[in-house]
Amino acid sequence: MNDIDIQRRSFLKTSLGAAAVAIAPGMLLIDVAHGKPQTVNGPKSANSKVRWGMLINTTQCKSGCNDCVTACNRENGLSGDTKPTDSQWIRKIELKDDSSGRDLSLPMMCQHCEYPPCVDVCPTTASFKRADGIVLVDKHRCIGCRYCMMACPYKARSFVHEPLHDQKPDVPRGKGTVEACTLCVHRVDQGLKPACSEACLNKAILFGDLNDPESEISRKIRSVASVQVRADLRLNPGIRYQGL
Amino acid sequence: MPTLSSLRFKNRLYYVLLAAGGLVALAGLYAVHLMEHHGHIITGMNNQIVWGVPHVFAIFLIVAASGVLNVASIGSVFGKAIYKARAPLASLLSIAMLAGGLSVLMLDLGRPDRIIVAATNYNPTSMFAWNIVLYSGMFSLVFVYLWTMMEQRMNRWTKPVGFAVFAWRFILTTGTGLIFAFLTARQAYGSALLPPMFIVLSFAWGLAVFHVVQTVIYAWNEKTLDPAILQRKKNLLGVFVIGSLYMVATYHLTNLYFAHQAGFERFILLEGGVYPRLFWWGYVLFGSLLPLLLIFSPGLEKTKYVMAASLLVILGSFALLYVFIIGGQAYPLNIFPGYQVSSSFGDGQIATYHPSLYEFLLGFGGLAIAFIITTVSVRVLNFMPQDKPYISD
Repeated sequence: MNDIDIQRRSFLKTSLGAAAVAIAPGMLLIDVAHGKPQTVNGPKSANSKVRWGMLINTTQCKSGCNDCVTACNRENGLSGDTKPTDSQWIRKIELKDDSSGRDLSLPMMCQHCEYPPCVDVCPTTASFKRADGIVLVDKHRCIGCRYCMMACPYKARSFVHEPLHDQKPDVPRGKGTVEACTLCVHRVDQGLKPACSEACLNKAILFGDLNDPESEISRKIRSVASVQVRADLRLNPGIRYQGL
Repeated sequence: MPTLSSLRFKNRLYYVLLAAGGLVALAGLYAVHLMEHHGHIITGMNNQIVWGVPHVFAIFLIVAASGVLNVASIGSVFGKAIYKARAPLASLLSIAMLAGGLSVLMLDLGRPDRIIVAATNYNPTSMFAWNIVLYSGMFSLVFVYLWTMMEQRMNRWTKPVGFAVFAWRFILTTGTGLIFAFLTARQAYGSALLPPMFIVLSFAWGLAVFHVVQTVIYAWNEKTLDPAILQRKKNLLGVFVIGSLYMVATYHLTNLYFAHQAGFERFILLEGGVYPRLFWWGYVLFGSLLPLLLIFSPGLEKTKYVMAASLLVILGSFALLYVFIIGGQAYPLNIFPGYQVSSSFGDGQIATYHPSLYEFLLGFGGLAIAFIITTVSVRVLNFMPQDKPYISD
């Protein structure tokens, strides 16, 4: 073996060692970033046995009342402004039946479809549906193309047009990305109800597990007539409306 | 024979034009910088009109980039000599416009810095993701096509690669149409007619761009195009303009037949203010009927009339795209059929849109990129069509 070969070997050895030293802390950090192991009392990961949904009783929803909207804005750190460029995760819609003239008022937000068009069209898979049916946007993966906003039949999504300040630690948002109602996923994972449901004094927003036949929402859906908005599109939204 | 001073003047003029193109492209980049810094708040786009003027420019450039290759296909696939001589220039224009259009589309993203995310996370159900593949594939394929044409040893591959380009651009424009055709809930879109409509539109727009560039190159080189060739090519443009009108009319007529679409059609064709005006005056009258008059009237065989017709077709295409993209979003989404609705989020109302200067700067920046690629390429490589004495085939 000549000198050059030996030199080459020692060079390769040193390089490998240096590479290992450089990469190892990164690998450890990836483990850390993957998050805490599940604990008995801590948040549980999403489970496909559960399908979160809501039943909104429009007969209990008062025209002019904005409590659900205010609670959503406070919980998620939205400004509450209503310029065309401001985010609105939930909005109150006033309806008048064309033929009968009957007046209605209801809250509208992401309908958390079983077959969400926003997830279908997203080029980067930033729009995704959790195992428990909650439709979310990965703010690190969204490139801000707004194709999901074009595809959503409920106009449920907003684009962040301006730099953001004083964000809530539990609710990541980002300028240049698309966002929508998260069904207060950070509260749901702690066993709490979404903020809008909790804030409604008229108990018009019933939140629960659609897959559990014994849950209050499932029993109610079996006993009263309720519909999904634009049911003709067959997207099977997780939000249902009573009295529409 | 050009004199030395006239050549010097031309040389200077070339650099002035190139610098002007560069300045426009820089202005576009400056607009992007401002949009990055302040957010899309400085544009006219909002949560109701989510795609605006940049998308009008981008889609024009991408659709025309596909259509201009028609000139090449008629040569390579169907073996027509006068088109074969023009295939290299058509391919160059395709690459240039695709580059310009994609730049606009990419730089309008909320997070253009994350373009690598789009390249590494691929959603097979997304038409956008498919288009990323179709666009990059088109780039590579047209490059190879140009290489087979310009390198003599590769000439025997021109025909098969020409076939591949022919197929690819059909799929690409289908993909562009499908971006809209897959939006089932929107009244303006969600129609299977859109992909073939975009293909026919691409023929007209691509050929119009080709005519403009060819006329300028011939004038610059002080050459005249054989009148027989001019005649054939302008007639082809006329046929494509008629085809486009037919597709657009069919799209609106099918909508008019569906009772639930009547409101949308009344808005876009009659009562929607700027949109019907742009449609009837911009697209139908100035963008289609007037060019047809210039093309088919006897006695108007001169180059300048063909040039005017081509420029009008291009202007008409911008009018049509503005109506299609922005007018289509301005009409409210019908979330509760059978109800009158109102809300703080524009439900039941016609959305307003006032495009800002930055959007136009970005759009013109895209045109400038296409211009720079074309002017530099025609100077350093030989893209001048080389016609043999004209024989009708």
